[in-house]
Amino acid sequence: MQELKCVVNGKNVAIMIDPSHSLADVIRYDLGLTGTKKGCEEGECGACTVLVDGLPVDSCIVPAMKAYGKSIITIEGLAQNGELDPIQEAFMEAGAIQCGFCTPGVVLSAKALLMHEENPTKEEVRDELSGHFCRCTGYLQFYDAVRIASEKIKDRKNKKQ
Amino acid sequence: MKKVEKHLFPKNIKEALELLVEYKGEARLVSGATDLMLWIREEKVSPSVLVDVSELPEMRFVSVADGKMTIGSAMTHAEIAAHPDVKRIFPALSDGCRSVGSPQIRNIATLAGNIVSAQPAADSVVPMTALGAQCELVGPEGARMRPLCELSKRVGESYVDPTKEILTRIEIRIPSGRYGTAFKRIAPREAMALPVVNAAVMLEAKDDGTIKAARIVASPVAVVPFRAKNAEEYLIGKKASPELFTEAAEAAGAEASPRDSLVRGSGAYRKVLVKDLVERALIQAASLFA
Repeated sequence: MQELKCVVNGKNVAIMIDPSHSLADVIRYDLGLTGTKKGCEEGECGACTVLVDGLPVDSCIVPAMKAYGKSIITIEGLAQNGELDPIQEAFMEAGAIQCGFCTPGVVLSAKALLMHEENPTKEEVRDELSGHFCRCTGYLQFYDAVRIASEKIKDRKNKKQ
Repeated sequence: MKKVEKHLFPKNIKEALELLVEYKGEARLVSGATDLMLWIREEKVSPSVLVDVSELPEMRFVSVADGKMTIGSAMTHAEIAAHPDVKRIFPALSDGCRSVGSPQIRNIATLAGNIVSAQPAADSVVPMTALGAQCELVGPEGARMRPLCELSKRVGESYVDPTKEILTRIEIRIPSGRYGTAFKRIAPREAMALPVVNAAVMLEAKDDGTIKAARIVASPVAVVPFRAKNAEEYLIGKKASPELFTEAAEAAGAEASPRDSLVRGSGAYRKVLVKDLVERALIQAASLFA
């Protein structure tokens, strides 16, 4: 067992973990955050995507100890004070969700994209979401969702100003 | 079955080497770990100690000086794909790195891993081979430089022993005269799909457009990245032209002997692809100095 210290969804975490485990396993079983899904468990499907220091990674093939000293964001970390993140709202409004299995991962990749690019082009959306399999939507709704989310984020910014 | 009991983070290369000695027979270097995690699950390897070099500052940089580009081997594919100097100086490498896996893989997988994993069609290794990259290997006996093209032993196995030595950096000479590089790839889809064929070229030319040096690499058509040497020789001393590139590409297709593969397609089909991709890569590379 080894001690893992990191920040998960804004909270400091220090727990003893099995260093042979993947980050996905530690998130799901040690931290109980089951919003992160395990699909293929070989880095192909993207269901297990979480953000490590703002970058999307396949947590099923990341050794858990690699999270040491890092900031992790899982799907549970997006809603603030009971209010959904604009990206989550946008996915619902665009119908970019059906069974929901790929959704946490896709939403987080979209979040990472919009964090560094407020107005992504269609090509950027396609590239940044290319590491996700979705067997329900047909993918086109993802473009709408990211566009809607981008508008929402800009609206909220303007309201604050 | 043995499993990983310790995941250690040395502060520098020296400390990493000391850990490999201290845990001899138990320890293995790890960088991005995207391949290693799968191998451990499949019980292909069973280290009990991981020595993680992915964040060593000595292996995390890109520098351009003294007519060469030096890349720390723990740079990720995403970082190299987005690096402005790499894009400008060696677009073939930038494009190759952008083709690896998916964004979530590219954010963690490193160049060192792509080299040591030794898949013949590794999308960063194929362009780096065309660029004539040299690698620094640091072991208990000191550091040595080896050409990248000599590091692959067979499919999935390199001459770099991750229980003993560290591939620390990659050096690529920047030609002083006119030159161009290009990378081309065909896969069933554009993300998370292994290439049916990929190809990378580097051309150097005199001021009048005469080709003075050429490296052409296509994969996977052999157990290691394949140099189309007949095609390279055919180009030397001749003036760049579309016809010349078609003829050289035909030579490359003729000397490549890809095998039939259930995953990648028939050998006959892939032989044609070698010709087509090499031709396109040559034309694109030459457009950079025309």
